[in-house]
Amino acid sequence: MMFAAATLALLATIALALVRAALGPTVFDRLQSANTVGTCAMLLLTVIGFLDGRPDFLDLALVYGLLNVVGTVAVLKYFRHGNLGEGGE
Amino acid sequence: MSSLVDILSWACLLCGGFFCMVGGIGLLRMPDFYTRMHAASVTETLGAGLILLGLMIQAGFTLVGAKLVMIGLLVFFTSPTASHALAKAAMGRGLKPVLAEPLPHPSFDRLRTGQALSQAGRGELHESRSD
Repeated sequence: MMFAAATLALLATIALALVRAALGPTVFDRLQSANTVGTCAMLLLTVIGFLDGRPDFLDLALVYGLLNVVGTVAVLKYFRHGNLGEGGE
Repeated sequence: MSSLVDILSWACLLCGGFFCMVGGIGLLRMPDFYTRMHAASVTETLGAGLILLGLMIQAGFTLVGAKLVMIGLLVFFTSPTASHALAKAAMGRGLKPVLAEPLPHPSFDRLRTGQALSQAGRGELHESRSD
C-alpha cells in the first residue's frame, strides 16, 4: 500500500517532468527534465522492487543511476564542444 | 515494534513522494531555467533521500539495505555534479536569469569597469542614468 503511494507520486513526477521536457524553451530545460526523469526512474525501480517483493531490481536501479549521470554529462559535452572526442577545459 | 517500523517507513515514503511531486510541480511552473533547476534539486535530494530512507527502514541490515545505501550514495554524489555541469553549461551559453526587478544598473556598470572609484568622490555614483 505505501509502496503503491510512493509509486504513484513518482509516476506523477515523471509526467510533470515530461511536460516540461516537451515545453522547455532551451535545451538545458530539456536536459534537466531528462535528468529528473532518470532519477525518478531509478527510484521507481527500487520502489517497484519492494512492491513486487523482488529486490533484485536494486541492481538495475544502480545501473540506471550511473547511466543517468553519464548521459547528462555526455550530452552537455556534446553541446559545448560539438563532438565527444575533445578534451575538456 | 514491527508496527513502529511500518509507521516510520510509511512516513518516510509518503514525505518522499510528496517532495518528489513538489519538485515536479516546481519544474513545470517556475519561470526560469535556474529556478527550475532549484526546484528539480528538491526531487533529487529530499525526495530521493526520504524514499530511500523509508525503504532502508523496511529492509534492515541486509544485503538489500546495503544496496540501498549504495544507491543513496550514488544519488548523493552524482546529482550535484550533474546540476553543476548543467548550470555551468547554461552560464557559458549565455542564458540569463529572469529577475523580478532590474539591477541598479548605472552604478553596477561603473563598478565593473572600475570608474566608480574615481567618480565616487564627486557624488556622481548616486545620480540616475537614463540609458
